[in-house]
Amino acid sequence: MWRFSPVEKISRIVESELNGSRLDASLSGVTTASASLDWIPNSDPRVGRAGLPEDRAVAAAWESAPDVLLVTISGEQSSEIVLTLSGLDRGPSAVHTLIAVAPHAVATLSVRYSGKIEACDVVEIVVGEGARCDVTFCVEETNDSVHVGAHFAQVGRDASLTHSLVVLSGGVVRLNPSAQLDCAGGSVQLLGLYTPGDHEHVEHHVYVNHDAPYTHSNVLFKGALRSSSSRAVWIGDVLIGEKAAGTDSYEQNRNLILRDGARADSIPNLEIETGDIVGAGHASATGKFDEEQLFYLQSRGIAEPEARMLVVRGFLNEVAQKLGAPSIAALVDSTLDRQFSEGISE
Amino acid sequence: MSTLSIRDLHVSVDTDGGPREILRGVNLDLNSGETHAVMGPNGSGKSTLAYTISGHPRYIVTSGSITLDGEDVLAMSVDERARAGLFLAMQYPVEVPGITVSNFLRTAKTAVSGEAPALRTWVKEMRESMTNLRMDSTFAERNVNEGFSGGEKKRHEILQLELLRPRFAILDETDSGLDVDALKTVSEGVNRSLNSTDLGVLLITHYTRILRYIHPQHVHVIVAGRIVEEGGPELADRLENEGYDRFLQDAV
Repeated sequence: MWRFSPVEKISRIVESELNGSRLDASLSGVTTASASLDWIPNSDPRVGRAGLPEDRAVAAAWESAPDVLLVTISGEQSSEIVLTLSGLDRGPSAVHTLIAVAPHAVATLSVRYSGKIEACDVVEIVVGEGARCDVTFCVEETNDSVHVGAHFAQVGRDASLTHSLVVLSGGVVRLNPSAQLDCAGGSVQLLGLYTPGDHEHVEHHVYVNHDAPYTHSNVLFKGALRSSSSRAVWIGDVLIGEKAAGTDSYEQNRNLILRDGARADSIPNLEIETGDIVGAGHASATGKFDEEQLFYLQSRGIAEPEARMLVVRGFLNEVAQKLGAPSIAALVDSTLDRQFSEGISE
Repeated sequence: MSTLSIRDLHVSVDTDGGPREILRGVNLDLNSGETHAVMGPNGSGKSTLAYTISGHPRYIVTSGSITLDGEDVLAMSVDERARAGLFLAMQYPVEVPGITVSNFLRTAKTAVSGEAPALRTWVKEMRESMTNLRMDSTFAERNVNEGFSGGEKKRHEILQLELLRPRFAILDETDSGLDVDALKTVSEGVNRSLNSTDLGVLLITHYTRILRYIHPQHVHVIVAGRIVEEGGPELADRLENEGYDRFLQDAV
């Protein structure tokens, strides 16, 4: 669905000649786990297990990148592993990454995108049986960047995945995460945090497919729109299929509008095909500052701009506190400090 | 010594049916070190008085004045009033998600005193006050008022009173919804502030039971937006026995 998207800007990238050659990729922070990087052809049977392209941008990435970067993680490590991709400033690019987490592995991984990026980007995450994986993607791109793509996750039996998308800046960022819960006992947490500024567009279409018994999903996306020209789009689809007895699912999106003129579209959808579930809920709210919260803080001597800043930080903290990768959590903290440092005037 | 002085205060709120006058000429003087109880039935304007002193935007002052040692309180913003030494313990404190109690208290203390408190003494002071109010130490890391029980919210209000050390505190129905133990704990907190500083207290309440623990020198009865009777503690005793019926009949 493109009706909320800046199609012109996106088409310019999607329809251009995409450079799909291999990037410089490296892993750091690997201590007790074992992790490796390989390039495999996109015809490899391991590719496409977590999802197949459903829109033009993702199809373009799929077709234009003949080689897929395979990140394999096994063993247990709770500290953060950093995946660095260099060379994404080379002009319109296609990138395809497959993160394969071995059965019973424990891993925390982070990926950062910064600078000027024009890219169609596919990430597949396959979490093996009983594994626990936390992956955070952080975007801090320039105002003239266009970054579109999809993240497909497949969660194995009794495995759990926390997937976080943090968008601190970027001209057009349209990254759509999805999770296939097609093995019993699989659990996913999909998080999002975004603070679009002047003429910045952040868009996420989230899809969770409960297709096996006793699966669990929690989707939480929160955004603060900083400028009158900020734009956010969130569409959340949760499908609880016939086979998904015992499902527990909740999705929510909340937006805080800091300037008149900013616009956030938020559409949660829930489709349930079985009556035998533990819970299924969704919530969406977009609004300005809560005047009662501001009054409470001001009545304790805190001046209005600082009170507004505290309310915004508090609002975003609900997601920020859940980020698994410490380097991204620290970056979020310092960036939000900077973005809201002067306080927020009305 | 400081004086908070309220003169001929008229206050309205906007309703769907147009502005409605709630306070119709309130006069009151509160000096440092004094405790005044403002008592009245539901809808008499007690909470309106509390929120108007604090500067809540919902309440519109149509005439009259509030001054603090001659300074025009009505010309001050909400936060300026707090920094001038006014404190409102709210009846329904709001949740502020994502901000921990400890962060909030330190930010507020820094705001009212104009400088950040020295870390070590501050933490000690906070712990002491929390222990006195029988608050668990994990409380400091919870988000402000989020998931607090009614009693926890009131303790948290009094914790702020103790730590921020205002010149005047308005306690808006701090007794409502508290069981006897919590009421005692909260009252002890108020009395500690009264004994250790030159605090003046405006105790707003419907019931007399909090007056067993906090002893006002002056009692004002407010009915239909006006103070209709004033006296010493004996007036509260009379209200305990007779209720507000006698005033309500007069008002009709």
